Amino acid sequence: MAETMSVVLNVNGSGRAVSVEPRKTLADAIREDLGLTGTHLGCEHGVCGACTILLDGEVVRSCLLLAVQADGAEITTIEGIGAGDDLHPMQQAFSEYHGLQCGFCTPGMILAGIDVVSRNPDPTPQEIREEMGGNICRCTGYQKIVESVQAAAAVMSTEGGSA
Amino acid sequence: MKPAAFDYSAPESIAEALDLLAEHGSGAKVLAGGQSLVPMLNFRLARPAHLIDVNGVDSLSYISANGTLRIGSMTRLTALGESGDVAGAHPIIPKAVAHIGHRAIRNRGTIGGSLAHNDPAAELPAVLMALDAEVTARSADGERVVGMQDLIEDRLFETTLGDTELLTEIRIPAAAASSTSGFQEFARRHGDFALAGVAAVITTDGSTITQAALGAFGGTHATRLPTAEAALLGAETGDAAFAAAGAGAAADFPATSDVHGTAEYRSHLINVLTVRALKEAAGNSGGGNG
Repeated sequence: MAETMSVVLNVNGSGRAVSVEPRKTLADAIREDLGLTGTHLGCEHGVCGACTILLDGEVVRSCLLLAVQADGAEITTIEGIGAGDDLHPMQQAFSEYHGLQCGFCTPGMILAGIDVVSRNPDPTPQEIREEMGGNICRCTGYQKIVESVQAAAAVMSTEGGSA
Repeated sequence: MKPAAFDYSAPESIAEALDLLAEHGSGAKVLAGGQSLVPMLNFRLARPAHLIDVNGVDSLSYISANGTLRIGSMTRLTALGESGDVAGAHPIIPKAVAHIGHRAIRNRGTIGGSLAHNDPAAELPAVLMALDAEVTARSADGERVVGMQDLIEDRLFETTLGDTELLTEIRIPAAAASSTSGFQEFARRHGDFALAGVAAVITTDGSTITQAALGAFGGTHATRLPTAEAALLGAETGDAAFAAAGAGAAADFPATSDVHGTAEYRSHLINVLTVRALKEAAGNSGGGNG
């Protein structure tokens, strides 16, 4: 059995020290060691996008990173988006435009959507479909997700909002 | 816990990484972007005793354009795809990178990792074959330069790199002034593994083709397409030469059948995609599944 290693995960603005085996994925550390279960795990091999987070501002799969690799990095999970009932425009749009049903894929969709709009403030429906092709939803049929991201983009461009 | 237990090292210099490889050899795996290796760890398809994480080796991440394009092996695919130097020297590279997975994958995945992993459906081995690229492989004992075809041979999910070697640099010679390129692949969904794809680089002297280099992926291994290239050399650009090249490509292509498509279907795709890539290179519309 490998030794555990001490790492500091700066999650949503606060540094948290955890002791993990090197083989522990960042996704598991976020859920099990930090108790932030908003980051979901679907496939655990980089296909479904449910575990999407921001690492130093870049969208990544947390199931394809080891927790020890994130030592010292700035991590944003779904819990760091919005503040309680004060929703981020992307969350608000998913609510208003029915961009979710069961909600399993939603944390990853929200973070991926914010990333898309941060790089392309006025994406076309086709661009949203291509950019978010790495996030799988089994409920909505995607139409409402595309509408949600477009609606959020309109709000974010007028508010200058970001993650 | 998904992966089997391993010891973990995070060297900060190439020398340190090479020493670790010399020490652990076949029991070790190098962790680059992790977008292929970590899924294999999670499935326990790979169970290395030791993982050498080179993400902290900053000197492996660079793009240097000065005649020959030099790219550090840990250059992320997002950086590769967005580099003005790369697009200026070889516009086929950003075109191909856009097809690799999704943004989240490209933010971590690296050019060297893609080559060393050598997935037969991966874009970059075939593209870099068509561009006559070479790689530098370093070990504690020294370094050697390996051409792309000698790196891949007819292998899949492995290369001719030795157990103690680290792929450190990719070098791409400057393109001929009048060369043009086309890139076409067919996947069921944007970002999915391609069923088949072609990278074509041609040089013309007026309307006669003087150089032709075609790389294909989606078969049993990445490969050049020599019959297609021979059909193009000395021919006039146009439908007749492109059709002959497409037929040659289908003959060259090491097609394979799986749940996503039969070998026959993939050979047909290579024929069609080769014609489209050549039309794109010749300045006509490539069309189809971009």
